[in-house]
Amino acid sequence: MDLKLDHHSKDGIEIVDVEGEIDVYTAPRLRELLIELVNSRFYQLVVNMEKVEFLDSTGLGVLVGGLKRVRAHDGSLDLVCTQERILKIFRITGLTKVFGIHDTVDEAIAARRAEK
Amino acid sequence: MATVELSFTALPAHVRTARLVATAVARRSGVDESLLDEVRLAVGEACSRAVEGHQMYCPAEPVRLALTDQAGRFEVEVTDTCAPDSRWPGGPGAPGARAGTPGTASQERHSAGLPAGLGIAVIEGLADEVQISETAAGTSIRMSWPSAGAAR
Repeated sequence: MDLKLDHHSKDGIEIVDVEGEIDVYTAPRLRELLIELVNSRFYQLVVNMEKVEFLDSTGLGVLVGGLKRVRAHDGSLDLVCTQERILKIFRITGLTKVFGIHDTVDEAIAARRAEK
Repeated sequence: MATVELSFTALPAHVRTARLVATAVARRSGVDESLLDEVRLAVGEACSRAVEGHQMYCPAEPVRLALTDQAGRFEVEVTDTCAPDSRWPGGPGAPGARAGTPGTASQERHSAGLPAGLGIAVIEGLADEVQISETAAGTSIRMSWPSAGAAR
């Protein structure tokens, strides 16, 4: 399974749907999409990782890089993920403290609204 | 003699193949189903690290992966041939070293403030046993997990 990327707006927040494997080969594509969104002035992002089958440290780097970019514009990058095998790598690396990780896209949007 | 050996051109596209092969051999060796995700991720990290090193210092050399099942252990060894000589004296600017492509995902990881050794940290968090040895020829990462016995 390669990487499939899509994005759409919901309640003023840009939802990025990621499907497949994020690794050293595919991560550059996610990186380009996140940069493109920030360049198009989308600073509130939710990355939906429910269909991600694999994530490595290269992928983590791209997500942290995306977070840095949106934060430079007072934006946010939240994640949606309930899969234990993906959550595990966030836990091992301590990145659960860096990202808001939610169970559903709606929950991520509600959490973002509550913070405003 | 390893149960399965694989050597591949140092390209990111082949890391997935290495992960798939390692996971298939681990499964066949009787590694518990609950550990297969850890094997997949640890092998992926070790191979990504080797590929990145090779791309910078010795792109023509293949990365080697050896999978062995013996005495109740499933062992994976990922060997790169980035000789310390090419890495350390002069670092990235060493003779024959190709400058990293600007804006790569690996540079993203570094510029994002994640430590360069993050891949190794992940491997150490996942594998049951890890041994990293640096020789004149390069680095070898050996990791192992309990298995059910000899591969059939």
